[in-house]
This record gives sequence, C-alpha cells and structure tokens, in this order.
Amino acid sequence: MQPNIYMSALTQLFSVAWYNLRSLPERKAAALTAAVGIAGVVGVLVGVLAIAEGFRRAMTASGAPDVAVVLRSGSDSEMTSGLERDATRTIADAPGVARNATGPLSSAELFVIINLPKRSTGTDANVPLRGVEQGAFDVRGNITMVAGRRFATGRNEVIVGAGAARAFAGLDIGKTIRVGQNDWQVVGIFTANGGLAESEIWTDTAVLQPAYHRTNSFQSVYVRLTSAAAFQEFKDNLTSDPKLNVKVLRLSDFYEEQSTAVTKFITTIGVFIATLMGLGALFGALNTMYSAVAGRTREIATLRALGFGAGVVVFSVLVESVLLSFAGGSLGASAAYLLFDGYRASTINWQSFSQVTFAFHVTPLLLAKAITFATLIGLIGGLFPALRAARLPIAAGLRES
Amino acid sequence: MKFLPLVWAGLKRKKLRTALTFLSIFIAFMLFAFLGALKQALSGGVSMAGLDRLIVRHKVSLIQTLPQSYKTRIEGIAGVAAVCHQTWFGGIYQDPKNFFPNMPVEPAEFCAMFPEFVLSDAVKQAWLNTRTGAVVGRATANRFQWKIGDRIPLHAPIWGDPIGQSQWEFEIVGIYDGAKKGTDTSQMFFRYDYFEEARQREKGQVGWYTVRIADPDAASKIAAAIDQEFANSPYETKTEPEGAFAQGFAQQIGDIGSIVMAVVGAVFFTILLVAGNTMVQSVRERTEELGVLKAIGFSNLLVLLLVLIESCCIATLGGFSGLGVAWLIIASGNPIPSLLPVFILPTQTLASGAVLALALGLVAGALPAWQAMRLRIAEALRRGA
Repeated sequence: MQPNIYMSALTQLFSVAWYNLRSLPERKAAALTAAVGIAGVVGVLVGVLAIAEGFRRAMTASGAPDVAVVLRSGSDSEMTSGLERDATRTIADAPGVARNATGPLSSAELFVIINLPKRSTGTDANVPLRGVEQGAFDVRGNITMVAGRRFATGRNEVIVGAGAARAFAGLDIGKTIRVGQNDWQVVGIFTANGGLAESEIWTDTAVLQPAYHRTNSFQSVYVRLTSAAAFQEFKDNLTSDPKLNVKVLRLSDFYEEQSTAVTKFITTIGVFIATLMGLGALFGALNTMYSAVAGRTREIATLRALGFGAGVVVFSVLVESVLLSFAGGSLGASAAYLLFDGYRASTINWQSFSQVTFAFHVTPLLLAKAITFATLIGLIGGLFPALRAARLPIAAGLRES
Repeated sequence: MKFLPLVWAGLKRKKLRTALTFLSIFIAFMLFAFLGALKQALSGGVSMAGLDRLIVRHKVSLIQTLPQSYKTRIEGIAGVAAVCHQTWFGGIYQDPKNFFPNMPVEPAEFCAMFPEFVLSDAVKQAWLNTRTGAVVGRATANRFQWKIGDRIPLHAPIWGDPIGQSQWEFEIVGIYDGAKKGTDTSQMFFRYDYFEEARQREKGQVGWYTVRIADPDAASKIAAAIDQEFANSPYETKTEPEGAFAQGFAQQIGDIGSIVMAVVGAVFFTILLVAGNTMVQSVRERTEELGVLKAIGFSNLLVLLLVLIESCCIATLGGFSGLGVAWLIIASGNPIPSLLPVFILPTQTLASGAVLALALGLVAGALPAWQAMRLRIAEALRRGA
C-alpha cells in the first residue's frame, strides 16, 4: 500500500500543477508582463557582464606564462617606464631567456600613442603605436599575418592589429598614416589570438625612436623564457643586478594588472544596476503572482474543498511562477546572446591611456548564472503568494466573487 | 478636496499591490537618477568647458610634450588674451589604485585662467610663498582626509624623483571648491618652478597649453593661427576649443558608455511597463465599484479625475521618493573616485525624472480612466455578478 500513497500524492501534485499551467492562457496578459519584465532584466544583466568578460578576455587572452615583460622599477605601465639600450642588452642576455639561431628571443620596445579618428564617430582616439624588434614575433608566438606582410626593418612601415584596423580610420593596407613629420605605410594586418596586440599598430623600434626623439631609449623588454618555470631565476637575476633598476612581470600578470581599472568599473556598475533591476523584477513578479492567486481565490478554495492539500496548492503556484521566470530568463538570455555576443567595441584603458578593441563575450557560464538568477526571482516571487493561497480560509474563498 | 479620502480608499483597497507597485516605480526612478549621474560623469567635462578657452596640445598625441618657450609665441598671436600651461605629472599616492590627476602649473596665471576653482586670496598668497605648496580639490581632500598643512608624498615614475629624495613631497596650502555644481574637484595642482627644478627628465617641456581668447566667435580662426605658427616644427600642435577637447575625451570611452546607458534605459522602461500594467489592472477590477459611484450621481468627468488622480498619486510618490533616495546616495559619496572624477545628480535629470513620473501616472491611468468615464452604469453593475 505504501508506494500507492506516495504515488497518489505525486499524482495530486502534478495534476494540480498541470491544471494550473493550463489555465495560464486565461491570464496571459499578466503572465506575459511578468515574463517580459524578467526577460528584460536578464538580457541587460547578460549584456553588461558580457562587456566586462569581453574586455577581460581581450586583455588577458594573449598573456602566455612563459613570456615575461621588464619595466623600470616603480612604473605602473609601459607609458611611465624607460630603459636604456645597455639595460635592454643585459636583460636579453639574462639566464632563462630562450634562444634560437639568431640569438635570444627578446624584443626591446617603445610604446607611444597617436591620434587617429574612430571609424564610428570620426572623433580622435588614442591609438597605441608600438615599436618592436624582429624578435617580437617569436616572443609573442601568436602573431599571424592575415593580410599583407610584416614590416621591413629600417623602413617607415607599419602592421596593424585586426581590431585596430576595424575600429580606426585610415588603417587599410596600402594607405599611409602621418605621424608628426613622417609618413608610415600600412603593409599588413595581423591577429594575435584575440589578444591585446590586436588593438595596436606595430613598427620597427629603430625607426620609431628617432621619430619620437628617443634615440637609444626604450620602455620595455619582452622576452620568451625557456619555460614557465624559468621565470623566477630570470627575475631574481635581474632584480639583484645593481646596474639595473627594473621590475619583472609575467606577461599574464602584467595584462591582468593593466585591466583591473576598467574591469572593476564595468563590474561595479554592472552588479549595482543588476541588483536594483533584480529588485524591480522581484516586485513585478510578486505583484503578478499575488494577482494571479487573488484572481483564482475561488478556484483554489474549490480545490481545497475537494480535498487537495495545502502543499499541493503551494507547489502549483510555485511551479507557475518559476516556469514563467525561467521562460522569461531564457528569452532574455537568448536575446542578449544574439544581440551582444561578438559585438565589436572599443574603449579607452586609462591605465595605458590607449584604446583597446574587443568583442563582447557571452559565455555559457554567464548565461547559466543569469537564468539561475531569473529562476530565483521566480521562486521568491512565487513563494509568498503561494503561502497566502494555501492559507486562504476555504469557506470564505468559495463565497468570493 | 473632499474626494481625497475616496482616492486614499482606492489605494488602500489592495495594500500589498499598492506597496509593490510603489516599490517597482521607486526602483525604476532610482535607476533613472543613477543613469543621469553616470552620464554626467562620463561626459560632464563638455558642459563645464569654458567657451573662451582653447587647448593647445602636441599634434600627434596628448602624451607628447611641447616646449615651454611656446608660451611667449602663443601670447604674441592676435586675439590671445592669456596663456597657461599644465603638465601631466602622474604622481602616485601610495598605490596606483589611489589615482587622482595632479599637475604642475604657474599659480598666478592658473588662478586667473580657471576661476571655476575657487581659492581665497589668503590661500593664493600662501601658495605663492610656499615652493612645495599644492592646492587640492575638495573631492580628493575628502577622499584621503587631507588637511591644510599636511605633507603629501607622491611617487612620479614619469619624471623621476628629486635628487636625494625617495619621493616628491608637497605641502597642502589650500583646498579648492568648484564654482559650479559639476566642477571637477578631484585634481591637485602644484608649482611648476619646483617641478621644473626637481624633475629628472624633459626639462623645459610642458604638457599642454590653455589659451584664453578675447572673442569666442573667433575661436576657429585663432586656433588655426596657433597651429600655423608651429607648423613644420619638430613640435606641431593641434588647437581646439576646450569643449571639443572634452568631447573628444569623452568619446574615447566610446560604446561602453552608450551601451550601459541604453541597457539601463531599457530596464527603466521594462519596469515601468510592468508597473503600469498593474495599475491598469487594478482599475479594471473595480469596474463594478465605479459603476456604483456613477449610479449614486458622480459625473463622468469626476470619475475620470478620480481614477487619474489615484494613478498619478502612486506614480509620483514612487517616482519622487526614488529620485530623492538616489539623490541622497549620490550626495553621500562617489563609489569609484579614481574613475569618475565628478559624480553628481544633475538638476536636469531630477526635473525630467519628475516629469516622467507624472507622465507615467497619466498614461497608466488614462486608458482605464477613459473606459471608466464611458462606462454604462447598468452594464458596470451587471459585470461583477
């Protein structure tokens, strides 16, 4: 007999819930508003977090653990750093640096900013222009030319990251950009596995130095290490050298550090807005479910009079509310995915005072989080109305018009 | 007036629903206010810019410096009334996270050029007497609890530390307030002569020039004349009105700002839609009651007004308190001072928020009120049965 009791309880539970759901079309206006409200909130939440995620990804995607960057001690970005040629040689020859037939895999670089108009608005933007040595390609290891060729040593030629080429005017192959007194010809477009370098313009350091009155001075040295584990040895060696005054970072850590301000800005605003919106949606859901319960007072009282338990009623109201918000949440999440995923944008990274181009990135985790959030709203929004429904006095409920 | 209790009774009819609707509207308008503050923070410099001021910077980019000798040459150009330079110092107070802008300036010229930074004559005099003196804006002074007389150590990776010292040290001689509500009071200014003597690099170079012109209408002509003056030199310039400069700066933040604002706007309207729908529903439910009112002699117009007043009541109460609470929160402090130098609620946002709240009440009330007015008594009374 025992299983039978359970079976009948379960049957009760689901038959009432099912009956409840079938009556939804009767109340479609209220149900729709609740679902649309939650869809809106979830869509926005996903959108804002996708910006932060996309930015973080662009900043950190290319930071390999076996690449290190050396800056002047005390500097917080390449912009405020400076290294003399002697120092860059010492760094390149330090133990732990990988070598090939031509010598150590290192690149002494110069990082400056030029103004170029944005394609979208036509207003000037700070575009990073990086002078690199030929070793830079082997150091980064992820630079792929997608059009044209690499710049030639000693010539006023530049190659442009795919993101920069898309975002800023005049960066097409064959065109020239004028910087100060010099014209530079665009000879190639490259990708860097979605990483930060795609926002930059690259040229030969040796040509950039005189153009910027910085003969013999660099800002950073990038090196490829023999292995990720060689980092500590490399670092200790440089920081203990009395002739050098440098700080040594893994490229991944450096990029992480450079992206903190913007990521923090977006997530602070995002979380704050999402909290407020969540509250707004919660009140909306509560309202809808209370009205739904109120509108069906008589029905519920009838069910109770027929012998259905209070738990069954609570369950049926909760199922309705959770399903509605789940549907709304999924709708909002898919809309946000279609609308935002891969959307190309650029913004200024204050820490390097230059533009970073990136794509919004909607991850499955983000979608799951947002839908869970929506379902939670539905659960809370349904719980109190459900309890009220269960507590309705049956006799009074039956009399209600 | 005597019908107010009737409106009140309508609101009290379903207390819980009224409360929830009120709260939704409250939240929506709080968001609206924060949106206004954010927008102001991201693009505020544009409206604060002086119409009679131009910015002269290196043509290639702002990070490149210009010779200090350009000052006299700019002063010599027809239409130029005053010239003053600033240089990005990039001083770090303890940790890069404590970011705030700091610049060396010539105190006398600077005070004359920027009257929006309010300093008393006594402070100006103290600044002229103290070589390492600095003035700091109210926002930053409050942020770090600095007082007049405090010695502030800054580390300056761009320029190097003064010989024999591990950091730069400045003495706070004054705290300035903004002349207007939106003035940026996050910056610190100190003396150029001290900076020039103690810096290790690029002596004789300054960051950018601010130029006051006698006739704002001649701005583009004078800007062109300045750029012409330095054309084909190693340091070519780009001159533009301060407003355009600020605009360009705001544009650099780009899509992110506009997208955040678009999505918050979308949410605002979604919440209003849900709240409005509830309000409509609450009137519909009372068709029978409204029929009774009309049966006992209320005129059509009076019923229309009663319904409208009720919906406006809840919308404005919710809206105004949302705006008010947001105002209190915004006034109590800036959540991210290192990225948003100015965080205020513009009066314009408050005003348009108030208008929107009223409009919400009218729109949400209009349809049911119209239906209530045209209601045939007999039909209304029958409906509930």
